[in-house]
Amino acid sequence: HGPYQPHEPGYGLDQPEYTPYDDQIPDPEARTLAIHNAKAYLLKTSTVSGQNVYDHLANVLTKILDEQPTNTVDIIESISNDVKCGQFQKKMDTLRDEHEILPAFEAAEKCKALFIKENGEENEEIIEEEIGHTPLPNVMQTAFYFEQAGIGLSKDESYYIFLALKSLINVQPIQTCRFWGKILGLEMNYIIAEVELREGEEEEAAGEEVTEEEGKGMDEVEEEDKEKEKEDEPPKSTYKPPPEIPKEENGTGANKYVYFVCNEPGKPWVKLPPVTPAQIVCARKIKKFFTGRLEAPVVSFPPFPGNEANYLRAQIARISAGTHISPTGFYQFPEEEEEEEGDTYEENPDFEPPSVAEMVDSLSTWAHHVKNILKQGRCVWINPKKIEEKDEEEEEEEEEEKSEEMEEEQEETGPPLLTLLSEDEGIKDIPAWTAQASTDLIPQHSVAILQSNRWPGAYAFASGRTFENIYFGWGHKYSPENHNPILPPPVQTEYPSGPAITETRDPTLEEELAFKAAQEALAADEEEEEEEEEEEDD
Amino acid sequence: DYRFERVWFWGCIQGVRGAYYIAEGLGPDRAAPRRRLYSLNCLDWSLLTPASREKVARARQLKGRFQGDPSFQYNLADTSAEAAETLLEGGKEPVIKEETRLIATIEQIDKAVGIVPRGAFVKTPLGSVHENRHFEGLSLVEAKKLCSYFHFTEPVNLKNKTLLEKANLDPSTDFLDSLEHDIPQGSWSVQVEKGGTVVVLRSLLWLGLTFYHVPMTKQYGYIYFGTGEKNIDLPFML
Repeated sequence: HGPYQPHEPGYGLDQPEYTPYDDQIPDPEARTLAIHNAKAYLLKTSTVSGQNVYDHLANVLTKILDEQPTNTVDIIESISNDVKCGQFQKKMDTLRDEHEILPAFEAAEKCKALFIKENGEENEEIIEEEIGHTPLPNVMQTAFYFEQAGIGLSKDESYYIFLALKSLINVQPIQTCRFWGKILGLEMNYIIAEVELREGEEEEAAGEEVTEEEGKGMDEVEEEDKEKEKEDEPPKSTYKPPPEIPKEENGTGANKYVYFVCNEPGKPWVKLPPVTPAQIVCARKIKKFFTGRLEAPVVSFPPFPGNEANYLRAQIARISAGTHISPTGFYQFPEEEEEEEGDTYEENPDFEPPSVAEMVDSLSTWAHHVKNILKQGRCVWINPKKIEEKDEEEEEEEEEEKSEEMEEEQEETGPPLLTLLSEDEGIKDIPAWTAQASTDLIPQHSVAILQSNRWPGAYAFASGRTFENIYFGWGHKYSPENHNPILPPPVQTEYPSGPAITETRDPTLEEELAFKAAQEALAADEEEEEEEEEEEDD
Repeated sequence: DYRFERVWFWGCIQGVRGAYYIAEGLGPDRAAPRRRLYSLNCLDWSLLTPASREKVARARQLKGRFQGDPSFQYNLADTSAEAAETLLEGGKEPVIKEETRLIATIEQIDKAVGIVPRGAFVKTPLGSVHENRHFEGLSLVEAKKLCSYFHFTEPVNLKNKTLLEKANLDPSTDFLDSLEHDIPQGSWSVQVEKGGTVVVLRSLLWLGLTFYHVPMTKQYGYIYFGTGEKNIDLPFML
């Protein structure tokens, strides 16, 4: 730039004593006022973007001086633009950063607990104890096999579940443990572990007594009777509720395993209460989503006896009974006991696994190893009459009445343990199971995968001697028809109807007149007879 | 050869004997009807030609699982005698191929539960729909609300909104139906996983449709992995 001419704005700037306003405003006070005005103008905030020219120019110059790019004057517009954009982002960034840290941080804290505890206790135990049979299942290995079929959770999640199971084992006295699966819910999901507690260390779960509505009804009727003693007593209800079918003992039948659930790995494990037959029978009739909170009530018809924890447990029992399978021959009945209803089975040491192709082709290479649940809701049928006889041994008369009234209940039988899969019924024309090999391209390392069609979400795999069952799904059975809720029961008869109670029609006017005429005729006849008798006597 | 700009893996419909893998291809206008391809083994893909409306309506009445064989014939007389009669009068056989049923199901699913986050697509004044290159993702707070997700189909409820609500809408981004007013209410399950890093929406009407979005990033998508049957029992289950 050459020396400034007087008419150009920069004139006089390069000479130290002179400022651009010298020739315009000689008065120093007015000059400072003018400077203030100019600065105030520059500081005026824009109504659109909330910035002002003064700050913006200061930022641009700072940036230029910091970065010292080449050919600054050529790119000064884009620098100005960048600074403007930079202003926006910087403000929003700080806000967002603070938000984001919180939820991820909290979750990480919980998971950290999983990791830390492991390290602390693990080292000590391994040194002291012998490395015996650990109850911890190898979740990662199972996850690998299922991944071959495209089923399963992500590796991260599987690993978290692995660690969570480990923390469970450290807390509870557990003999065997297995990752049963994951059930999805509306707000949260459930991760479920199937566990067998060590013998003798089981705590009796606080029994949740099923409140029978019929029982309550009986009490109310009795109270009313007492109040109305002066009046005629209303007929007492002859209805006796069917006896409550007792639940199976812990460790047998449907309660063979104890289940622990948690919403996410890192959260504490909660033990599910044992399941009662009434709950299973009711769970068969309803179809509800799980919300993810164990205390949530299950609002349904017929009313479910229990809350979501009980419903979850009932569904787990049904799924296990329907879909837990193993290669035929892996388990066998111990040879000593010959009971058909034997609950126990043990691993067969002589088991030779059939090839993967065989396992996929025919379903007879698979067998159920969990007992089927009967209609009654238990695995072992119990005669309801026998329960009543135990309760009311004193009143013999009532026993006789009952045996007359109650129909003979037939013993319910279900398929015995270790039934082959080929005998599973399909639904309409859909077979109960779909079998596939995990890959056709590499048959040496492929795994046989079975998907259940009755319980969508239940999978099983087998490869040589290893096999496993797992469930990922919503927890409902498949039914091709729509779900029809049960209709309410028909209205019960309140009292037996007989001629004494039944209303008859009031006689009409003609009938009454005819009746009266007849009565008068009768009376007239009698009078005549009396008169005749009197005449005779005389 | 199909001149797709982008190809997405739509999902997998599991039949009794096999599974169908479905892919979608998109042209430059994202709102145009999509072209879909299916395959049984992910190697050989065949194009699914969009079927006529009557065929789709008939195929909707079929119930039950898919068989896994695209040439399987469903006998229409089993499900609806009237439809079979009308077909017979027209001189055609009352059967529906599984392919048609596949097309109908995929369309139904996309229409009913294909969702995108708000702001991911913009509508130009000319009417065509493009991806929004300035879409930075929803914030965590927004991502938990159902109103920040839209159905990616022709809007049905948009015109019924009150004027007050319409005043707040931005016509370039809010041109679709949001999930808030889905019937029945509660037919979406919103979950946040991994401590807030991923938001997962699952549809309860079509069990198996999962939508994910990583807040504050451009990543989102949905996939269907299920049996291809509508969950008609939904009102009982909620």
